[in-house]
Amino acid sequence: MSLLQPKTLKPMSTSEAIAYAVKQANVDVIAAYPITPQTIIVERLSEYVNNGELDAEYVAVESEHSAMSACVAASLTGARVFTSTASQGLALMHEVLYVASGLRCPIVMAIANRALSAPINIHCDHSDVMGSRDAGWVHIFVENAQQAYDRIFQAFRLAEDNDILLPVGVNLDGFFLSHAVEGVATISDSEAALFLPPRKAKYYIDSSMPMTFGAFALPDWYFEIKYQVVEAMEKVPKKLAEVEEAYYKMTGRMYGHVGAYRTEDADVCLICAGSAAATAKFSVARMREKGIKAGLLSIRLFRPFPVESILPHVKDAKALIVMDRAMSPGAPSAPIGQDIKTMLYDAGLNIPVANFVYGLGGRDISAAEFESITTKVIEDLKAGRPIERGVKYWGVRI
Amino acid sequence: MMSVSEIKSIKELYGLDLIAPGHRACAGCGALVGVRQILLASKRPLIVVNATSCLEVTSTPYPQTMWKVPWVHLLFENAAAAASGIEAALKVLSRKYGRQEHYIIAFGGDGGTFDIGIQALSGALERGHRFLYVCYDNEAYMNTGIQRSGATPLGAATTTSPVGARIVGKQQQKKDLMEIVVAHKIPYAATASPSHWKDLVNKVRKAQSYDGPSFIHLIATCTRGWYFDPSESIKVARLAVETRYWPLYEVENGRYRITNPVPNPKPLEEFLKVQRRLSHLLLPENADLLEKLKAYVNERWERLNKLSTCFA
Amino acid sequence: MAEVEKIILPGGIIDRPGSTLDYKTGTWRVKKPVVDLNKCTGCLLCWIYCPEPAIRKRDDGKIEFDYDYCKGCGICSVECPTKAIKMEEE
Ligand code: SF4
Ligand code: SF4
Repeated sequence: MSLLQPKTLKPMSTSEAIAYAVKQANVDVIAAYPITPQTIIVERLSEYVNNGELDAEYVAVESEHSAMSACVAASLTGARVFTSTASQGLALMHEVLYVASGLRCPIVMAIANRALSAPINIHCDHSDVMGSRDAGWVHIFVENAQQAYDRIFQAFRLAEDNDILLPVGVNLDGFFLSHAVEGVATISDSEAALFLPPRKAKYYIDSSMPMTFGAFALPDWYFEIKYQVVEAMEKVPKKLAEVEEAYYKMTGRMYGHVGAYRTEDADVCLICAGSAAATAKFSVARMREKGIKAGLLSIRLFRPFPVESILPHVKDAKALIVMDRAMSPGAPSAPIGQDIKTMLYDAGLNIPVANFVYGLGGRDISAAEFESITTKVIEDLKAGRPIERGVKYWGVRI
Repeated sequence: MMSVSEIKSIKELYGLDLIAPGHRACAGCGALVGVRQILLASKRPLIVVNATSCLEVTSTPYPQTMWKVPWVHLLFENAAAAASGIEAALKVLSRKYGRQEHYIIAFGGDGGTFDIGIQALSGALERGHRFLYVCYDNEAYMNTGIQRSGATPLGAATTTSPVGARIVGKQQQKKDLMEIVVAHKIPYAATASPSHWKDLVNKVRKAQSYDGPSFIHLIATCTRGWYFDPSESIKVARLAVETRYWPLYEVENGRYRITNPVPNPKPLEEFLKVQRRLSHLLLPENADLLEKLKAYVNERWERLNKLSTCFA
Repeated sequence: MAEVEKIILPGGIIDRPGSTLDYKTGTWRVKKPVVDLNKCTGCLLCWIYCPEPAIRKRDDGKIEFDYDYCKGCGICSVECPTKAIKMEEE
């Protein structure tokens, strides 16, 4: 029905869109600590709580470590829980992230991706989330304010599903997205309540069923308990698709595990995550006008890595260009490059991959740069030159 | 002062155990005695939060648990933050959906409280969550094998402050955790010893009568780390009180009160000589350390005495 | 592990409160406490100081031990005001 209604867009920054969605999601507990560039999210939420627009407890903790600790405990108590962080904050939470997944807490956290010290830098890259990618969290990348708004509802519904019970990180590029204002189509409070009824936890901390959470597991049990996270993670792609289907019926909006643009007949496919996807899309469109057969695949579901959704788009390409906004010093590839190469190897595909690290510490990347990266690869292909393997650092002055 | 019904006899507590036997704490563990007494006295329904510690490890060998109450452990340094999260969750869930409110007690060892957990504790006390934090203090990192902590007394031998040819035991005095806690202006803070069970259980009741954070600093004698015979666990705790090494006092809304006056203290040596971690302080070559430790004990008692008198 | 088929609750939650009862710590004991009921006044001081707890009140108000769990620490023997508890070789 709402498909036919005229859309009125509200101007909002991605941070405000997230805060608004969290309010509509009727969360119970927010425990957070300020850090640039996510602070707007928790400022708005504080306003909602203090103005009585959101009936939640806002726990203004003294560190991100305590933020995630309070979130885990509140989640185990049965509450719907949200927090937000970035950069050093995510790094400080690191050990608690594993507890959140290990104890199966459906927390949703917005991560305004930002570079890690040193040197200190407040701008965007993906070093923070990449450092946490093995912590057992589902990770979603958004590319604009609309996606961020929509994904918050989807993230809660996915996380709180009793088959999943995993924490979800909604990643938005610091400043590029967090502070950028766009028109956002919103759902009504009643639609939100229908899509996301109050959380019904099956097991929670309560004297009516006195259970022990976080026991000491020795080698005879640790492995089996930890393996649950893997089993739950394997169920995510299908479950997220179901959640998206339901959301689509209500809103007409759907994003999928990956965003594909002109991949069907592409000779070379660009692969990236986050706000750069929009720039790359613009670049691909321009290249196509010039007859360059480029395509774009943006990673929207990053953990679990959606191999099944990626493969059909890239299997016929002659080369792939993986753009990573984080380093993995000393590793044979940067983080997304590693995943893509592993995926190709498992699929028995020997497609050459050019892996670039770009844009660290908030350095912008333009459509022209995507084009020059792509045309160089295409020229190499045409000339029969091998694609340079390993990791290259795009634009670094050396 | 709040009017709280006083527990006068052991019989009032019989049958109220919230832990089961079969746990893996060492024979004669002083911490378990204290924790058991606290739980006997606690108001219900109760939720227990536990920092990583001997108590946590020995009480929940998966798939078994000694706890008969809901219990949660996350990490070493975040028990107070975890308690904050539970308190906040129950508050809002009871408001929105009628969930039952619970009392919350968080247990941390001295390492998890004095050292690595002090930030989370300070934050939770400042925010004013309603919960009781109990630091059970065995004066070193016992769970990892007896390393010195901020709670270890001057001169004590631990595996990271051994008695060496050049340096004899820990070179620093014990941190005064109570003063740090009291500086947060919380409604109730007290010290306690399982040897003085009546004093302890009534402090628990008092602590839980306040609508805010409260704190109990419990001496936890450790047969392995202090080196005494397991049968003497309570005796050693009692000696700590009787020598004024462990003053029993409370700070209620800022008013100090010594709850167990020790008019004729036993010499500190009585406490030191029964435990090998400290008995070397009685050797003539360590006389200066002994004097410093005695001065610390005396000055603290005098100060507490003065504070108690001025609020009397 | 033979028990692996057993369903593990999410995150390894334990839903059997007090289940350390499955494990008999009485096997740790070197000496066992024995009470002289003629001396026992039923004050329960031994009970309040037992770390396990492995002491029960009998119907007559005096105490008995639960040797399945008593670790033989001897605290009760030291603390009994009437010296009613002796530690004996197993
Ligand atoms: S302490 Fe002694 S007298 Fe008191 S109940 Fe125990 S055995 Fe009996
Ligand atoms: S010997 Fe120790 S464990 Fe056994 S009953 Fe006495 S106090 Fe309890």
